[in-house]
Amino acid sequence: MPPTVPKRRAWLRVGALAAVWAAAGKAQAESFLDPAGPVAAAQVTHLRIILIIMAIVVIPVFAATPWLIRRYRYGRPKGDYRPDWSFSTLFEWLAWGVPVIVVLILAVYLWGRTHSLDPYNPVPGAAGKPLVVDVVGYDWKWLFIYPEEGVASVGELAFPASRPLELHLTSDTVMQSFLIPRLGSQIYAMKGMRTKLNLAADSPGTFEGRNTQYNGEGFYTQTFKARAMSDAAFSHWVSKAKASGLPFDGKARDAVEAKSNKVELARKLDQPTGQPILFSTAPSAMFDEIAGLKETAQ
Amino acid sequence: MNTWSDVWGFPFGRLTWDALPVMDIFKADGRTELLSGITGTAAAGMAVLGFVLVVILITVKGWWRPLWSEWLTSVDHKKIGIMYIVFSFVMLARALAEAFVMRSQQVVGHDGGGIVMPEHFAQLFTTHGTIMIFFMAMPFLTGMINFAMPLQIGARDVAFPVLNSVSLMLTIAGGVILMVSLVLEPFSTGGWTGYPPYTELSYNPGAGPDYWIWAVTLSSVGSTFTGLNFAVTIYKKRCPGMTLMRMPLFTWTSLCTSILMIFAMPPLTIATALLALDRYMGFHFFTNGGGGNMMNYANLFWLFGHPEVYILILPAFGIWSEVFATFSGKTLYGYTALVIATMAIAVLSFTVWVHHFFTMGQSANLNAAFGIATMLIGVPTGVKIYDWMLTMYRGRVRISVPMLYAIAFLFLFTIGGLSGILLANPTIDYQTHNTLFLVAHFHNMLIPGLLYGMIAGYTMWFPKAFGFRLDERWGYRAAWCWIIGFMGAFFPLYVLGLMGMPRRMSGYFTGEWLPWTIIALGGAAVILAGFLSLIVQLWVSVRDRKRLAVPVGDPWDGRSLEWGLPAPAPEWNFPALPRVEGRDAFATLKASGRDLGPPEDGFEDIWLPKNAAFGPVIGALGTALAFTLTWHMWWAVLPLAALVPLVIIAQGFRRNTEKRIPAEEVRKEWRAFRELAARTPRVPRSSEYTRDNRGHAIPMAQEAAR
Repeated sequence: MPPTVPKRRAWLRVGALAAVWAAAGKAQAESFLDPAGPVAAAQVTHLRIILIIMAIVVIPVFAATPWLIRRYRYGRPKGDYRPDWSFSTLFEWLAWGVPVIVVLILAVYLWGRTHSLDPYNPVPGAAGKPLVVDVVGYDWKWLFIYPEEGVASVGELAFPASRPLELHLTSDTVMQSFLIPRLGSQIYAMKGMRTKLNLAADSPGTFEGRNTQYNGEGFYTQTFKARAMSDAAFSHWVSKAKASGLPFDGKARDAVEAKSNKVELARKLDQPTGQPILFSTAPSAMFDEIAGLKETAQ
Repeated sequence: MNTWSDVWGFPFGRLTWDALPVMDIFKADGRTELLSGITGTAAAGMAVLGFVLVVILITVKGWWRPLWSEWLTSVDHKKIGIMYIVFSFVMLARALAEAFVMRSQQVVGHDGGGIVMPEHFAQLFTTHGTIMIFFMAMPFLTGMINFAMPLQIGARDVAFPVLNSVSLMLTIAGGVILMVSLVLEPFSTGGWTGYPPYTELSYNPGAGPDYWIWAVTLSSVGSTFTGLNFAVTIYKKRCPGMTLMRMPLFTWTSLCTSILMIFAMPPLTIATALLALDRYMGFHFFTNGGGGNMMNYANLFWLFGHPEVYILILPAFGIWSEVFATFSGKTLYGYTALVIATMAIAVLSFTVWVHHFFTMGQSANLNAAFGIATMLIGVPTGVKIYDWMLTMYRGRVRISVPMLYAIAFLFLFTIGGLSGILLANPTIDYQTHNTLFLVAHFHNMLIPGLLYGMIAGYTMWFPKAFGFRLDERWGYRAAWCWIIGFMGAFFPLYVLGLMGMPRRMSGYFTGEWLPWTIIALGGAAVILAGFLSLIVQLWVSVRDRKRLAVPVGDPWDGRSLEWGLPAPAPEWNFPALPRVEGRDAFATLKASGRDLGPPEDGFEDIWLPKNAAFGPVIGALGTALAFTLTWHMWWAVLPLAALVPLVIIAQGFRRNTEKRIPAEEVRKEWRAFRELAARTPRVPRSSEYTRDNRGHAIPMAQEAAR
């Protein structure tokens, strides 16, 4: 017997839960189900299509199992009883054939999508010359280097919404994984190696990005904002970085390499916390060095 | 400076007072640090208290001698199987408690703070994963195979009984290391996969990754031996007439799992050994510098890791095959298809490992090929699901406790398969990798798939091991708790994963995630209730063992050979090796009114392997070596390492390794059993869960014909 709960108390509980829910709604979760770029949008479509195709093999299980249990239950059986029945050519064909066909369809689809959405290729359908950004993962922040613009930043990945992003990634520490859910795919960043990721935004907006690969105690704070801006705003952002950013000198590099999250880094560099840290110079050779693109004497 | 002490680590190596969790309380700075210290100290305290209580209980009851001579040194496959399962229950208790703490942290850790520090949280998810895979799931299924498989193929024991004991003791040694790490911190924070370079010296110089390396190494060596042992047993020890295609499905899946163990465990042993070389000898296999490459580790690890998933799930598939046939009162549908599907899964399991790191930057061709190979596994798995459903078709389905798990499994596993197909698509994986969606997926496969299967098997074979059934009322309660608790704890994680929440988060600032973590915590509480119900069930069943006794040994109208034996089965299993004429060997005998008869040409003396202290000694040496290596106590490492080959050589000189069971004793026991059976009334299936069920079944087909 389940214990009976007085009605009023039950309602109180529901109320409390709803209050928690409402309070919790304040900070929006950033999900690819709410896509802001062509890659994420294609991923949602892909997800939907797989779910629909998979219904062919899933629904029989959900529909037939209750029917079987009911019809053939020991207590009040309705169907016939054939204890030695163990094979049917028809069922055998269905059991193998239907999943094979479903997997074939899915496989064709998978092959196409994996190639068209390959993060190493330009984003399909995104016009404009890609903006190249070199991304270096540190414990526990990301450094964004703009080799063409000659600036760099921590905590903010700014880019013009009119141009796709071509990210080159590496890590100056343990392996990390770079993800901006509303824009698209994630990719690992590893020391001594360069990985690539192409993304694009539909329109200006701010999207949360983070490292998803555990890399120590500051892991959960390793987030950043990806800001897609108008062209004018981006030019302004670059000139602001050039004008008022810190030089990326030896001191800055030491601070970035030390174990700290972006807030602790800002404190160390005497910058206001809660804002991105901008650098007026881009350590462009540094990326190649960390990514192992420049062979050192070894 | 005392150089002798520096070089040889005498006496305590790098072990200091800081290793005690209670020091975290003294050094705590702030509320969360204090709570974290208290949590850690409480856990360590519980481990120590549990150990002390067990020691006191054994001493007071005078159980030391029987524990040693009847259990620890026993090489009887049934007893080794039981010890494996007891061990896995102990480890399950700890890993469940850790899961509960992690779920709580994700509720109270919203906006920072909480009850455990990030480092402590990382140790929790590392030990939780390591225990659940290597010290809960593996021992559980190994115990299950150990107990049931030799009985199903009509054998007296496994092929190498002493090696079997060594495997058990190596596994326990790894578990002991994990328990020690609770008291002498820290354990690794690198997750159950232990990815370098994070676990390399430059990022984690402490004892944590070393604990992990040695615990996993001990267990993987033990499992390799187990795989060899089971495979040889199935190839060479089948009774006359037991051809491969007559073997019960559980034996088939045991065979496939053993083959997978033989091929998949060595890559893990190699991976941990190379990591150990990096950490201990300054090698550069997986380091950032010096030409190391962690991608090699990822490949080696998952070359083990993916087949491992099928090592875990296949034995459960075997149990499901037995459960669906037995509790539908019907022969298994599509035996041949199920055998082919099992083998197909075993082979395909070696062709999919890259799907664990689609995001590592390899080409689209490679990802697509591995993605399709992954989806292909869905085909034989789907066939299995349909074949189990067709086993119920035209049967007489009894919703017994194992069957309740089985039906929940059908639904939940299908959902897990669906999320697996999603993850197999690199395009989707690029979003869901490293998120809670993935965590939900593999728990969805392993809890309803593996764990429900193991609990169902435990419920089904318990009477064969101990002579009485498990109390059904508590069995149903536990089952419902596990089913509802699972859904409550893991369906929210699917949502959270799609909402972009990464795994392994000790804190977060996204309020929208909070409600779902609260629901998941509720689910975890229900799971905990399910586990406690299993404990209560065991206690109640032992208390009521007279009422639940099934001495005639066939409480469920079973189909394979083991059900023809008394419950509990005698040490020598079969008075004479049976002669099998077809599939469902015992069901066939029952259908024609026969039983496992006495030997045609009279009873003979039976020779059984004698107890051996070799296993426990190797286990103790393994534990000591792992501990001293972890803490750099070199002065002890060297003699211990030297002892291992000496002990092995000494074992080689052991003569007189078998004992004789006189024919007369075997005959007397068998006569007594048959007489008991003759005077015990047969019962229909409607009395299955009543006092009338003494283990003498009316075959379902005869019951239906009446």
